[in-house]
This record gives sequence, C-alpha cells and structure tokens, in this order.
Amino acid sequence: MRPKLVEVKDLHIHFKTYAGIVQAVRGVSFELYEGETLAIVGESGSGKSVTSNALMKLIPQPPGIYAGGEILFNGRDLVPLNDKEMAKIRGNDIAMIFQDPMTSLNPTMKIGKQITEVMLQHNAASRSDAKARAVELLHQVGIPMPEKRYNQYPHELSGGMRQRVVIAIALAADPKLLIADEPTTALDVTIQAQILELMKDIQKKRNTSVIFITHDLGVVANVADRVAVMYAGQIVEYGTVNEIFYNPKHPYTWGLLGSMPDLNSSADDLLRTIPGSPPNLISPPKGDAFAPRNEHALAIDYEQEPPMFKVSETHYAKTWLLHPDAPKIPVPLAVQQRIDSYVQEGDDVWNAKKF
Amino acid sequence: MTLEKQKLEKLPANAFEVVGSRQAEQDKLADKSVSFWKEVFYRFIQNKLAVFGFVLLTIIIGMAIVVPEVSQYKYSDQLGVYNQPPSADHWFGTDDLGRDIFVRIWAGARISLFIGITAAFIDLIIGVLWGSIAGLAGGRTDNIMMRLADVLTAVPYLLVVIILIVVMEPGLVPMIIALCITGWINMARIVRGEVLSIKNQEYVLAARTLGAGTGHLIVKHLIPNALGAILVTMTLTIPAAIFTESFLSYLGLGVPAPMASWGTMASEGNKALMSYPWRLFFPALFISMTIFAFNAVGDGLRDALDPKLRK
Amino acid sequence: MERKKILEVKGLKQYFGTASNPIKAVDDISFYVYEGETLGLVGESGCGKSTTGRSIIRLYDVTDGEILFNGENIASIKARKDLKKFNKDMQMIFQDPYASLNPRMTASEIIGEAFDIHGMYKDKKERREKVAELLEAVGLSRLHASRYAHEFSGGQRQRIGIARALSLDPSFIIADEPISALDVSIQAQVVNLLKQLQRERNLTYLFIAHDLSMVKYISDRIAVMYRGRIVELGPADEIYNEPKHPYTKSLLSAVPQPDPLSERKRQRIPYTHEEVDGDVIRKETSPGHFVFGTAQQLQNWGI
Repeated sequence: MRPKLVEVKDLHIHFKTYAGIVQAVRGVSFELYEGETLAIVGESGSGKSVTSNALMKLIPQPPGIYAGGEILFNGRDLVPLNDKEMAKIRGNDIAMIFQDPMTSLNPTMKIGKQITEVMLQHNAASRSDAKARAVELLHQVGIPMPEKRYNQYPHELSGGMRQRVVIAIALAADPKLLIADEPTTALDVTIQAQILELMKDIQKKRNTSVIFITHDLGVVANVADRVAVMYAGQIVEYGTVNEIFYNPKHPYTWGLLGSMPDLNSSADDLLRTIPGSPPNLISPPKGDAFAPRNEHALAIDYEQEPPMFKVSETHYAKTWLLHPDAPKIPVPLAVQQRIDSYVQEGDDVWNAKKF
Repeated sequence: MTLEKQKLEKLPANAFEVVGSRQAEQDKLADKSVSFWKEVFYRFIQNKLAVFGFVLLTIIIGMAIVVPEVSQYKYSDQLGVYNQPPSADHWFGTDDLGRDIFVRIWAGARISLFIGITAAFIDLIIGVLWGSIAGLAGGRTDNIMMRLADVLTAVPYLLVVIILIVVMEPGLVPMIIALCITGWINMARIVRGEVLSIKNQEYVLAARTLGAGTGHLIVKHLIPNALGAILVTMTLTIPAAIFTESFLSYLGLGVPAPMASWGTMASEGNKALMSYPWRLFFPALFISMTIFAFNAVGDGLRDALDPKLRK
Repeated sequence: MERKKILEVKGLKQYFGTASNPIKAVDDISFYVYEGETLGLVGESGCGKSTTGRSIIRLYDVTDGEILFNGENIASIKARKDLKKFNKDMQMIFQDPYASLNPRMTASEIIGEAFDIHGMYKDKKERREKVAELLEAVGLSRLHASRYAHEFSGGQRQRIGIARALSLDPSFIIADEPISALDVSIQAQVVNLLKQLQRERNLTYLFIAHDLSMVKYISDRIAVMYRGRIVELGPADEIYNEPKHPYTKSLLSAVPQPDPLSERKRQRIPYTHEEVDGDVIRKETSPGHFVFGTAQQLQNWGI
C-alpha cells in the first residue's frame, strides 16, 4: 500500500450566520495516498469546497468554526496550527488551484515574478535559479514561448493560458499535495480537456497527490483514482472510480449518474431526476439527510442516521439499503442499462473481474 | 476511511419498510419569509456602533424638537446673567448676551439639522434624476451630462459660495443653495454607477423582453435596487452639509442673529475661548456628535446592504 | 408537406464598438427554426451564441440582416408599441438564476410583471389565480407566491424565470444557457420541465448552451457556432455521430463522459483555427445537414 499523505478524521466545520449556525461539514473522514487523485464530487452547498478550504486552513474565523475533528498531513494535525505555521505549509507542502484564474492572479504583477516569488518565499531556489526554473515550469505547463510570457501580465493571456499559469505557480514550490477546486469549471470544454490532460501528466511525473473538487461527473471519470460523493456536508459514498461509476450503492449516486445525459441517450427518454433540493444545513433533517428526496427511503431513514456500510475493502456507502435486513433494491433500470453499455464497451480486464 | 468495526444492532423489521421520498420536505422554504429590508435590518442591529449612532441621533433630534418648546427660556431671551459657567439653572452656561446656551444648542440643532437634511434632500432629487438619466441614456447624453458635472466640480467652490451669500444676504435659503451647488454631483455619480450596473442585469433584460418601457424599468427595477446606495450616500451627505454649514457660519457667512446654528454659536464662542471655554465647547461637541452619529449610521447601513456579506 | 418555419434568420450581423473598428460578435449567420422543434445553438464562450439570441429578441439593434418571425421582419421594427406585440409571442429564459430575478420582488410580482406592462388581468383575484397557475405549471406551489427571490434555491429560481417567460403565453422561447449555472441533479429537473412544457404548450425553443450532452439530449437539430459564424448545422444525431466540420469534431472529442473506462482511452482531437479567406459556401452533405466553409476548406476536409 502506498503511504498515506493526508488523513481527515471526523471533520466538522460550522459557520455562524445571523439566521443560525450552518453545519457546512458534518463529520467528514477520508484519506489520501501519495500520488493518487481523490475527487470530491457534490452539488453546491454539499460542503465539498468548505472541506478543501479547511485543509488549507482557509476558513475565515469568524464566521467559520472548526467544530471538531483532525486533519493529519504527514501525521501532523493542521487544525491547531496558527497562521504563521500554516503559511509555511501553504504553497510549500500544499498548493491550491481555484476556479477563476483571473482572480487568483495578481493583475499588476508580471507572470514570471508571480512564480519566482513563491520559490523565493519558500527558499526553494536562489534568485538566479528562480528565473530559469520559472521558465522551465511555464514550458512544462504547456505555455508556448515561455521566455516571452515570463515578462507578460495576466490580462495578456487567454483564460486557458491563465489557468496554466496558476498551475505553474501552484507547482513552483514542488508541493506534495495539490488541491484543485473546480479548476476547469470556468473554462470551455476544449480548454478543460487540455487542462485535465496537463494535470494528469504533471501528477504522473511528480507523484503529487491531488484532491480534485468538482460537480462534473464526466471530469471525475476522467481524472480520479478514487471518489468521495458528498451530500449535505457528509460523504455518502466513497470508493475507487470504477466502483462509484459501475457499482454505485447510494441512491444519491444513482440520482447523480441518472440525471446526466450522455451522448448516447436519446431525446425520447426523460432524464431521471432527484426531486426537490438539498436540505438547509442550519437544521439538517433527522436521520438520513437524503431521505426526503429518496424514492427508496426506508422508515428508519427518517429516524436514524445510517453508518458507513462496507461494500468492499475500498468501497463504502452511507445508506440503510446496505443493511443485511434491508430490502434488496436494485440500481434503477436506466442507470443500470447505461452502466452495462459502458462496461460492454470497456476493456476485457474489467469484465473479467466483474465486481 | 476510518471505520469502527461495524456492530449492527438488531433493528425492528418495520424499520426497513420502503416509505419513499417526502414531497412536503423537499421544497420546504424557511418558515418565516424574510424580505430584503428585514434582512438588512437584522444585520444593522448587530452592528453596535451603528445602533449607538442611531440612538444618539434619535436623542439629538428628539431634544431638538422638544427642548425649545418646553424650556422656561427662549433661545433669544437675554436673561441679564452674562458668561455664566454651567450651573443648575443654566446647564450649559450663558453667553455674552446672557442667553441660555442649553436652549440655544437645541434651537441651533433645529437650524443645523434642517439645513443638513434639506440640502441632502435637494441633492437627492437632483442627483438621482441627473444620474439615472445619464446612466440610462448612456452614450453621448451620458458623456455630456457627466462632463458638465465635472466642470462644476472644477469651479472653486468656496469662492462661489462666498459671492453667492454676499450677494443674497446671509440666511437659510442662500445657505441651502450654496450647499447644493455641487453637493448633488456626488449623488449623481453614485446613482449613475448603480444604474449602469443594474441596467445590464438579467432581470432588467428580462423586463425589456417582456416589453417594459423606460418608466417601468426605473420605478420597478432601478430605484428599488439603487435605493440602498442612495440611502447610504444620503446619510453621509447630511453630516457633510452640517459640517459645511458650521464652517461657513464660522467664517461669518451663517444665519443672522438672533437665530443660532451650531456653526454661528461656535464662531461666537471662539472669540471668548480663553475666558469662557464652554461657549465653544458645547456647540463643537454637538457638531462632532451629530456628524459621528450620521457617519456611524451610514457606515452601518452600507455594511448591512453590502451584497458581499449577504448569504 | 413543408413544415412551417416559425423563425427565419437571414444574414444576421451584430457588430459592437465603432464603425471603423467593429467587434463582429455575430458575422452573417442564417438559419431557420421549424414550429414545435428545438434548435440547439452550441459553441464556446465568446462565439456569439448568446448575442444571437439577444439580437433575435431585439435586446440589441441589429447591424444588418433580417429576422422573420411568423413571416414578419422584426429586425426593422423601431416603435416600442409594435415591439410589444411581438414580445407576447417570443420570450426568453436567462442563464443566471440569481441575476435574472429582481431581489426586491416577490415571486408573484416577478411572474406578474408582464401583466402590468401589458395591462392584463387587472382584477386582483384573476391575477392571483393566473400567477398560481403559472407557479404550478413549473412545479412550484402557489404558497410560494409571496416569497422573495432569495428565499428560493437555484433550481426553484430558474423555475420562476421559466414561469415569467410563460406568463404571456408565447409560442417561441429563447433559452439562453438556462441550466449551465445549476447543479447536475437540478439541471435534469429543469430540462425535463422544459420538455414537458414544450409538449403541453406546443412551444418552439432556441436552446443556447455550451454543454453538448444536454443540447444533444434536448434538441432536434443543432447549429454549431464558432467565432461569430455557424460552421455546421444538422439533425442532432448526425451532428453527434457523424460530425463533418473539424471544429465540431474537436468539440465533441473534448466532452468528458461519466464513464471512467472510455475516459482513460479517449483521444482529444485538437483544432487549429483557420482564417477564412474567400467566400463561405454552405454544403449539404445529407438531407438537412450543412457544413460551412470555403471551397478550398471543404475540399481539405474531404467533403
């Protein structure tokens, strides 16, 4: 087994608002191994971005509150660290890529300077080395004519190029963990495909661990080794990318997979939808937070929160449907058909070791 | 994933009946309906400084209304006791003509507040009209209107005011005109900025696709949404006007005797600063307190309205 | 039998900026929409798809070209009175469910706004009934009428926007990226709602989006836009299964699928921009499937 880089244990994050305390993250636990990509997927308000910001200790306090849990990075708990100690870790060990490349770059500073600044701050290079390394980084992230770009300002680049610069800055101090919060959401699909390729390529070369936050299941399928599905501040299903996409166990995951049309679905079949909208996290519902929207909800779902049930060594799901006494509810037909069609097209290796 | 050994307690069989989703809970909205202004109010009352400013302002305005009516002295009564320090009879002392400073402060408050509020109100009307027309029309009209405003700002203000007051004889009306000559420009600029951003909002486009005319857009969309910024600007214009009034009075261009504004009182008090300091102290104190109170309320309002803090 | 064309756009140009240095947001496009169908308009940001929609509904004064709506050229209408008549028939659904609803208005004020503008349903009770009917048509409850926009979730807000667009009972709706700001599970709800309303009310849609899988799913025919021009137009299935224009091919190859196995094997087809020099011709490769390019280009692409 690869060594663990990050271990999050029972993390709770609350926000104080005038309307009450929002329980944005309610007991999230996961681990991340070296060199792998964990995708955290969920809808807006599911707590996925709060979780990733919490890892960087970027939750403003107030109104944010670290209400419980641990964030172990290389075995060291980040929660009690103060700003000064965190500053050493940010950029150096953990770097972050945000959604909007324009707002994460300083518009008044040349691109080259923004990269070398990170290196010098963390004493990663001498001043003369820094420039050479910055140009090399720009080259690595696929920016043509890096020497010329080095002396340009962010507004002189296109959106895709800017996101490449953001990635170059994130890589400048050679971090062990890269957190990417919807890094391609603001980009066009063709640019998105390029950025995803770039990120996978870099990860392979540098053995960086990546936490990839997104709402797009297509992107998840493209980048992830493992997936955590979040709903209402909790991880509801957790497994390898194949397990989540081909053997989903949680009804919310079924809903997500079913509500996305793929290029093969025809206009005649209505999309499967998840009715309603996510709950208000000021007063989360009793029991399973997904129950009111779940057509397969059991009586106990409204009474008691389900534990994480183990499906396999790597696959867990938080639904009472996995209880030995629960009725056996199959994956909805439309979702199952789609999975079957994928798996048939898929390679034989996968078919051979079928679930 | 850290997972404790799963010890499944035995649950009753009926716990696993499929009961399905609950429509009622899916689309439940919050119990109480909170309008935008209620939300602003909640945030405002959480700001202690702003609430303090508001209370202070209420007291000042209340006193200005009540005290001159119920007091045993009139603001122009000469009581024959000159330059008395504060005492039980004359709480803030008396001035060189033997008038009770406490009553004069509140009579002066009426004048100062009246000038400030009227000036701000006139600024509001001219500024909102000018700014919204410029912002809505855009293009050349906008350019001409805003350049005109720029030219007016460039004229040396004090010179114009002094000439105006000298020509028209000091008094309330010239004072207000003087304050409004350039006062509205700030409001016009702010309203224009708001209008420019609001008019490209999708809800305004939507109203246009429904066939809405300019009048409908202004009444239903532009004004309600610019109201916050207008209100803040107005609360911040009033203290500026009060201050300018005091300043002009101090130069001797204020309302004529025996009327008193805080500015004229401070101006007179200044002459006797060394011997009778309370004659300057009280008007100066109330000018400062009022300006502070208005600013605190204005800042509080702005924070309460700031969309970045909204959730 | 020839199907009725409810909308026909001929040589539409929409330029911004100065006459000497125009920004050609939409540069000479022509297409038509049959009554009762959905035409998808796809392309990447800045390709002019949203501008096209806004020009058609006359939020802009068009630079050149004709927009025939039910046979009448609406591009040349100047008077607001005449525009008002056509506003009843053509409506728009906007992208951002937050920006498209006035935060100071309640749901019933938003939905009933058009009634004030057109002087309809002056009777209070009748108006309340009509608003309630619209709310229910889009899957909300009549109890929601008095709530303010910010109290609703993104999906619910978009439903209110749809109810507003339906309030005048239009026959043609331009949906400008109506789902791109919504969550996946909510997107499906809104798309299903749009399809259901189309069937019930015999609506025609111009569906503008950048999400190709959704466009494919909802559209009968698709037009692909690139840099202000249409490069390919045809039946949805054909565009997806047999794209002809290299840009369409590139675009399709970039859409990620919720299928890890095929994602791992996927090859992206890059597209390099080609300057158009010479006259663009329209070539019909199969019935109703058109590819646009110069004679030289078409030859290079093997068409």
